[in-house]
Amino acid sequence: MSNLVKAPAKFLPYVGLGGKIWHYGFRGVCAAIFFFLLAPVFVIVPLAFNSEPYFNYPIKSYSLRWFQYFLNSEMWFMAIKNSILIGVSATIIATILGTIAAIGLSRRNLPYKAVIMAVLISPMIVPVVITAVGTYFFYSKLGIANSLLGIILAHAALGVPFVVITVTATLVGFDQTLVRAARGLGASPFLSFRKVTLPLVWPGILSGALFAFTTSFDDVVVVLFLGGVQERTIPRQMWTELREQLSPTILVVATILIALSALLLVTLELLRRRNARMRGLAE
Amino acid sequence: MTPTSTINSANLKSQLKRAERRHLIRSYNLILPLFAFILISFLIPLGIVFYNSIYDPQVATGLPKTVESLKDWDVRSTPYPSENSFAALAAEMKTASDNQTASGIASRLNYEGSGLRTLFMKTSREVEDVDDGPWQEKFIAIDKNWAQPEIWSVIRQTGSFYTSGYYLKALDMQRDPFDNIEKQPADARIYIDVFARTLFISGLVTVFCFLLGYPIAYLLSKLPARTSNLLMIFVLLPFWTSMLVRTTAWIVLLQKGGVINSTLLSLGLISEPLDLMFNRFGVVVAMTHILLPFMILPLFSVMKSVPSTYVRAARSLGASPWTAFWKIYFPQSMPGVSAGGLLVFILAIGYYITPTLLGGAGDQMISYFIADNLSRSLNWGLASALGCILLAGILVFYSFYEKYVGVSNVKLG
Repeated sequence: MSNLVKAPAKFLPYVGLGGKIWHYGFRGVCAAIFFFLLAPVFVIVPLAFNSEPYFNYPIKSYSLRWFQYFLNSEMWFMAIKNSILIGVSATIIATILGTIAAIGLSRRNLPYKAVIMAVLISPMIVPVVITAVGTYFFYSKLGIANSLLGIILAHAALGVPFVVITVTATLVGFDQTLVRAARGLGASPFLSFRKVTLPLVWPGILSGALFAFTTSFDDVVVVLFLGGVQERTIPRQMWTELREQLSPTILVVATILIALSALLLVTLELLRRRNARMRGLAE
Repeated sequence: MTPTSTINSANLKSQLKRAERRHLIRSYNLILPLFAFILISFLIPLGIVFYNSIYDPQVATGLPKTVESLKDWDVRSTPYPSENSFAALAAEMKTASDNQTASGIASRLNYEGSGLRTLFMKTSREVEDVDDGPWQEKFIAIDKNWAQPEIWSVIRQTGSFYTSGYYLKALDMQRDPFDNIEKQPADARIYIDVFARTLFISGLVTVFCFLLGYPIAYLLSKLPARTSNLLMIFVLLPFWTSMLVRTTAWIVLLQKGGVINSTLLSLGLISEPLDLMFNRFGVVVAMTHILLPFMILPLFSVMKSVPSTYVRAARSLGASPWTAFWKIYFPQSMPGVSAGGLLVFILAIGYYITPTLLGGAGDQMISYFIADNLSRSLNWGLASALGCILLAGILVFYSFYEKYVGVSNVKLG
């Protein structure tokens, strides 16, 4: 009896010495892999605060001078402005069109669904270089190469697959009878969408939008082909400086971007939890 | 059943059908805007890439009469064509100089053999001052290469509007003066090697991602939810961090005076800095790091659904831990391995930024050469042909992915 009340043993009784060595050995290997995953990301953070322009440890004194330099730099200010403008516009286009299409795609037994899906997902599969080359050819003809508009359109296309995938995934578990009930009670299609569908699927829409935004915010290749001097974005500016010489400002930008992705991660985790709760899958 | 009810049910059926059709049309109408958008912003550009890889108007529009006259030339009997062709070329060179299209034609010829640009430009400059023939002698006097079959066969071969020449070039092949397809001379072969290298690096990265990702996914799937959610953050944080940031981090770590080298030096483990960057090692390590989450996430979601009862049954029937893992667990985790492996491989093949920044001259992958041909050599046709071959390769691997995994099962985050 007392055995049952006691906290469960760490190892089952039949696990021998070999099993125990394996258990710890395996965890050791996993710890090393986690170190490999995380260490490179974090190694640059303290270096951004180094008061000397060295990219090395040990750091003798810390300062915010590179942050100050970054904030005062006109070039970086333009890059930030462009990145946000392009990212937000591309995300809005991709999210609106993607969500509407995902609702259409969620119909059961839709003929040619697989083909349509394959076409809509294709920007994710095709290497960015090819997309960039193609849009460069086409947009030069249309006269929108070397313009923000061209980059926005290309980035929106790159973001579309993520929105379509996440929203269709959310709609798989969506109970269509709720919409029918709303319609039966006299709601217009738009009202039932706004009051019933949207509140239930917005976590999917939001995470798709976040994916679309990061895709745009990360992209160098499209901007490299479609952007002129005036259309520099944060990654484009980083790329230029990395090709020339590593500068402390890049570490500052990297640190800020890491902080942003941490923030993004937290947002997504909260969304996931909310989504699970809404579906009654509470942990 | 009374007749009325039959009519009613038929009526009902047709009404139902009509309603169904209305629904269907509505669904398509919802998809249509996005479809149109993708068509304009993505599919048409891809179509243009393909078109540019076969459309080759420069010589055909610039030297139409010369090309026409070369039809009578039999390369086997005479090393150079008749006076007619020389005269046509002289006339068209003059027009080209006036229209300022000479430079474009010369560049186009130069793609087929270096030196042709100089030859063409020099000749068209000097022909400008000559009023009439005999053109054969005057051309050969300007440059004796005009007595060789090579340049004439290049003009003939590039003289049609549509060409397979860029694809031949992309596969390290060319046409000899007799129109036979042969390999490029050994020192001009580039792209087969680049394609092989791209596949090799991508394969290597996929293998490393598998070796590192499998234990992590296994551990995460076995741990209680609370712990595994926490550890999952360690996978997702790098996943969400900009690829350029992670590449920057590897530059900081790997460069000559970088963190790794200076640490090893100060520990006395090495006496001079190691070459960790601008070589294959740097590219593979950084790409493995960047793509590892793409292996872990699909693996994890498959492993999560593998029931532990089979392994326990195998163990209780006397299988050793290794046998139980290898014969029972591993096959059940195979869908995750193929999903993650194909995803990593497909993504790796198209990589551009990381190899460019961390690799040496011999580690550049195909994307680099596409960009290089487009922006530096300005050889759009070749860039397009390389792009199309890359795209075809990707589509083959993607069709495997679609077959074994299914695109709608892609898990994001």
